[in-house]
Amino acid sequence: MEKIVKILNQQGLHARPASIFVKTANKFKASVSIEHGNGVANAKSIINIMGLGLKKGEEIKIITEGTDEKEAMDALVGLVESKFGEE
Amino acid sequence: MVLGTGVSPGIAMGKVLLLEKKEFIIEKEIINDVEAEKNRFHKALKDSNDELLQIKDKALRELGEEKAAIFEAHLMVLEDPELISSTVDKIEGEKFSADYCFNEVATDFIDMFEGMDNEYMRERVSDIRDVSQRVLRHMLGIESIDLSIIKEEVLLVSNDLTPSETANMDKEKVLGFLTNIGGRTSHTAIMARSLEIPAVVGLKDITITVKQGDYVIIDGDSGKVIINPNAEDISYYNKLKEECEKVKQSLQSFKYQVSVTYDGKKVELAGNIGTPGDINGLINNGAEGVGLFRTEFIYMNRECLPTEEEQYHSYKTVLESLSPKPVVIRTLDAGGDKELSYLNIDKEMNPFLGYRAIRICLKETDLFKAQIRALLRASVYGNLKIMFPMISSLEELLIAKGILNEVKEELDTSKVAYASNIEVGMMIEVPSAAIISDILAKHVDFLSIGTNDLIQYTCAVDRMNEKIHHLYSPFNPAVLRLIKMVIDNGHKEGIWVGMCGEMAGDKKIIPILLGMGLDEFSMSPISILPARKLINSLSYSDMKNFADSVLNMTSSEEIRSYIEKSI
Repeated sequence: MEKIVKILNQQGLHARPASIFVKTANKFKASVSIEHGNGVANAKSIINIMGLGLKKGEEIKIITEGTDEKEAMDALVGLVESKFGEE
Repeated sequence: MVLGTGVSPGIAMGKVLLLEKKEFIIEKEIINDVEAEKNRFHKALKDSNDELLQIKDKALRELGEEKAAIFEAHLMVLEDPELISSTVDKIEGEKFSADYCFNEVATDFIDMFEGMDNEYMRERVSDIRDVSQRVLRHMLGIESIDLSIIKEEVLLVSNDLTPSETANMDKEKVLGFLTNIGGRTSHTAIMARSLEIPAVVGLKDITITVKQGDYVIIDGDSGKVIINPNAEDISYYNKLKEECEKVKQSLQSFKYQVSVTYDGKKVELAGNIGTPGDINGLINNGAEGVGLFRTEFIYMNRECLPTEEEQYHSYKTVLESLSPKPVVIRTLDAGGDKELSYLNIDKEMNPFLGYRAIRICLKETDLFKAQIRALLRASVYGNLKIMFPMISSLEELLIAKGILNEVKEELDTSKVAYASNIEVGMMIEVPSAAIISDILAKHVDFLSIGTNDLIQYTCAVDRMNEKIHHLYSPFNPAVLRLIKMVIDNGHKEGIWVGMCGEMAGDKKIIPILLGMGLDEFSMSPISILPARKLINSLSYSDMKNFADSVLNMTSSEEIRSYIEKSI
């Protein structure tokens, strides 16, 4: 399944939120990727995620695929929308 | 025996931990056994993982969750499926050695990050570089020294210690410092005094003279270093160490006394601190306040600017624990030898004469305003005084004060409370400011003389350059005249004048400063009790005459020998 969300964190998806994102993605069996601009990144790879250089206000498409794809999607969307618990 | 400059008092003895930087040699080698190379790679990943877990746990215990999260990120880079699969594919496909293949893959990622248009993300390169160095080190079997996990008590031997090394090191296990370069005012010296451990610097080639694991004795007063001492030396220094402890003990009686000469002149003896963690040392040494809180340590060793909230908590902690004693907090003094990588400041030919301290703050006003907001919000918890560093003209002072007032108005509008009586002062560390201190004094509540830079700038002597170290002298008559002028100019405007440089804690100079009329002396906490003992034994009127005669002398050497004869 797919869903588009917007990055709300002041400094974009920097090390801390990126690591929370990747760690969460790794909890699920489903494959998780992020589509942004022209690229698709493996959301279980911290280097790929940080490599996207996501800034505040940018939109990303989260794509999950596998048995627990719904749970994975809910968890990841929740993280982004709650600004990863930052101010 | 070798002799250096003793910069932090006391005797320490123990094993040497030598810090050397080794280069990696990665060769492009064709291999036959693909499985063996893959195993070598996985073994290095596993070893790196174990090491990082240890560091992370330590960081979590001692530095808090936020710092630990950096190592968490390192662990994730290490486990990164893309990094691992690309390396394994390369080993299998190209049949080159594991270290070569891994280095190629890591370098590609590093290049990708460096090419990004987002400055903040470009900074992430350091994480990947750090992790790849760690993995390569394990693959190549290069032993490394991680200062955050030292197993036994040691004396650190290094060319020089950087602020990031001292911030990460396990402070419980380090008994003393020995370095090739530096003087009383180098970072190593200041750090040693704040940790209250002995240090000898300026030893020129101590990193070559001693070997890993040698046993050494250092005397932080005389600057003597004895390598692999005999039994006689050891027993002599054990005795000396005991005596030092006794002297320290006897100073305890001065802890709760006021600092006053026997003819009744009162002064304030305050301490210099870098983090809220230094408060205990300050209180244990009987400080009457904080004369310099160097806020740059809050900004160092991290990947992005500290938030206003974080700063607010640090300032609040210090103000609350010292209240009602005064706390002078200096606004960010970055640049010079204190680099903040995330500010992306270009390398300069003369960083000490370059874009630093207030010069950065007046340009990066968002950063400056966030700090001032944090300071003002914290001000209700104690007795805050705000101090601007590196002011070299009236214009700069007025702009800085203007920004402070802007922030106050913003807080008024949003109904955020701050103390109404916050004193605002500035450092006098640039000769131009000292020369116009009569003008500047009309616009501030206090002046604090920063002698480390004032000497360096007045005499045009790089204080880190060993070759010209003899020219860097607190006894230089030009420096002493400037100090006297600043004190007089401050007093003419009815404001107090302090000193927060290393000179303020120097037993040889305190009598002159006292005689010149200095109101506040701010120093490393360990210097406070000896200074109080000294001041309480002096007569102000005698010291006035003493200072007058010193000010009439013509050379550093004449002044030095006169002082040494007099005490």
